[in-house]
Amino acid sequence: MSEHSHYEPQTAIERWLDARLPIVRFSKELLDFPTPKNLNYWWTFGGILAFCLGVQIVTGIVLAMHYDPSAAGAFDSVQHIMRDVNYGWLIRYIHSNGASMFFVAVYIHIFRGIYYGSYKAPRELLWLIGAAIYLTMMATAFFGYVLPWGQMSFWGAKVITSIFGAIPVIGPAIMTWLVGSFTVDAPTLNRFFSLHYLLPFVIAGLVALHIWALHVPGNNNPTGVNVKSKSDTVAFHPYYTVKDGFAVSLFVIMFAIFVFFMPEALGHVDNNIPANPLATPAHIVPEWYLLPYYAILRAIPDKLSGVIALAVAIGCLFALPWLDRSRVRSMRYRPQARIYFAFFVVACLILGYCGAHEPDDQIIPGLAAFNIGDSSINSMAWLSRIAGLYYFAWFLLINPFLGLRETPLPVPDSISTPVLSHPAAAPAGAAAAPEKKG
Amino acid sequence: MRKLLAQAVVALGLVLGLAAPAAAATTSAPLQHQQWSFSGPFGMYDQGQLQRGFKVYTEVCSQCHAIQYIHFHNLGDPGGPFWSPKYPNTNDNPYVKAIAANWPRQVTEINADTGDPSHRKPTSADVLVAPFPNDAASRASNGGALPPDMSLLAAAREGGPDYIYAIATGFRPTPAGIKNAPPGKYYNIAFPGDLSSYWTGDPNAVPTGGFISMPPPLTDCKVTFDDGKPCKVADEARDVAAFLQWASDPKMDQRKQIGTAVMIYLGIFSLLLYFSYRSIWRDVEH
Repeated sequence: MSEHSHYEPQTAIERWLDARLPIVRFSKELLDFPTPKNLNYWWTFGGILAFCLGVQIVTGIVLAMHYDPSAAGAFDSVQHIMRDVNYGWLIRYIHSNGASMFFVAVYIHIFRGIYYGSYKAPRELLWLIGAAIYLTMMATAFFGYVLPWGQMSFWGAKVITSIFGAIPVIGPAIMTWLVGSFTVDAPTLNRFFSLHYLLPFVIAGLVALHIWALHVPGNNNPTGVNVKSKSDTVAFHPYYTVKDGFAVSLFVIMFAIFVFFMPEALGHVDNNIPANPLATPAHIVPEWYLLPYYAILRAIPDKLSGVIALAVAIGCLFALPWLDRSRVRSMRYRPQARIYFAFFVVACLILGYCGAHEPDDQIIPGLAAFNIGDSSINSMAWLSRIAGLYYFAWFLLINPFLGLRETPLPVPDSISTPVLSHPAAAPAGAAAAPEKKG
Repeated sequence: MRKLLAQAVVALGLVLGLAAPAAAATTSAPLQHQQWSFSGPFGMYDQGQLQRGFKVYTEVCSQCHAIQYIHFHNLGDPGGPFWSPKYPNTNDNPYVKAIAANWPRQVTEINADTGDPSHRKPTSADVLVAPFPNDAASRASNGGALPPDMSLLAAAREGGPDYIYAIATGFRPTPAGIKNAPPGKYYNIAFPGDLSSYWTGDPNAVPTGGFISMPPPLTDCKVTFDDGKPCKVADEARDVAAFLQWASDPKMDQRKQIGTAVMIYLGIFSLLLYFSYRSIWRDVEH
């Protein structure tokens, strides 16, 4: 990314620095980075995610100053933060709701990447690093949810760690090693705190790689067409700093509504009861952002098969660049793929909905139905099976074969073509993009 | 295709329409939503109500329920029942001092010279002294049941203050069809339970609610209010539920006030950013 640099060190200090540690050149290159000029608001979530990571790390470091990672003191120290620490309630609510906001943003970012084919060559590694960030985020969020040591923290930790116990032969040993004891207990909390402090910096490192891998091929864009000339791009600064800044500001408004007016809306009331190994809550549910996977896990009665399905569900995300055989990047020019994609989003939402309910809960309350296999057709178990089946079919059947069968719309020659010409004169596909804005 | 779909829908409807007997399950009466001064984005605590609720807690609930995260000085914190701008340092607040000095229970300490247990009057720095020294003592005095700590009760129950109000007002005589009701338990329509194993009547008409270990705590005017407000069971229940909501979320007033200012700030900031964006992008065709 040096060919777009026009940096000439002006002062003696800058020249001295440039010959030793070209940090000024580096930041100028970041700011001048040529970026497609047609990126829409879905592209602002990268910046929003960087903002979220920063917020979580800063608030988390302050919380750790007041938190006591011991089984006897954790719950009390959280109440100490909420009641006695100056603005401790604000810092904690930003951190706990910030985790949810982080996932809202990352899910939009992932769906955007899928819709516009941002995982396709030459951006496979960029996508893989992103998937690794997402996986690390899930682990970090899970460890963090255990720290308040409430009922849902404790029993959530029990359920999630027991997933590893399902692995044949070595499973129980792995589980003991993971929780540091024969059951979830004080040593578990200590190590989860340690890992919860470590992983955000792993994420930060992966984010650096993610941005590096982005800056080699450059941004994808809503047309999916490669940048052809300088007229297709604008400098990152000030064009995208101001646009991302505006989007971050809108995002913070939503964030603040949760923090100030409904701070417990995304949590679970049971986590305000101290952890009690002798009293199991009526419904053990993870945080909302893990619910789709929880539904997949519980859709299969056999524990090991459920765990395998869970692993494959996440693995599919990593394999997506090689599962999709279409040569057209953006779904803007793939009308059929767009429909399948819409159903995929719906399937993910349904899985999340099922994950929040018990498998035996009725979908339509009061409506009686017959059983297929082990459960009623009018149960969350079957709804999550159907949605889960589509989830896997979308990755493993639709993506590999749709690209070979479909007839894509004509793709514009360059980014500037659909932008500069009148919609009527543009290729058919270019006008069929009502979401293109900014 | 469309015809096939219609047939499938009809078939599904027929299949799903077949009635099955109601399964036994945990039930409770649906929560009645009360009018709370603290509802909504601008709702604040009603200080008079918090004082009345505190009186109910002191005279009734605190006989069995601890409230371990509330110190006496918290009662005089901003937004609290005895907050007064005259006493920005809550330790100077005469109400707080008087409440601590007159608290019915003493603080147990270790005498530093002899190592023996000793007792002293609480000060505003102390936690509202709990009725029992530990959980075992609490269970022993309450028929084996453990009265939950009330600091986070409103936050730890679905429905919060509505649920607390419903429990406090939900005691009813045990229905006639209930046989072998457990001794020392009380029927409450709002307490989640499953009465089907006690019920001898129509299996499709099992009464909602369950048996709770707490005897009905409130009676009309068991607590009288210094401000002359009515003291029916419902009034006492509503006031103590509001107090417990404050105990769970004592910073709510401050949070919503700051939140309103933050919203105004962010609204203006976003507008400025939007116009900067329009101005910077005005010459770019995109």
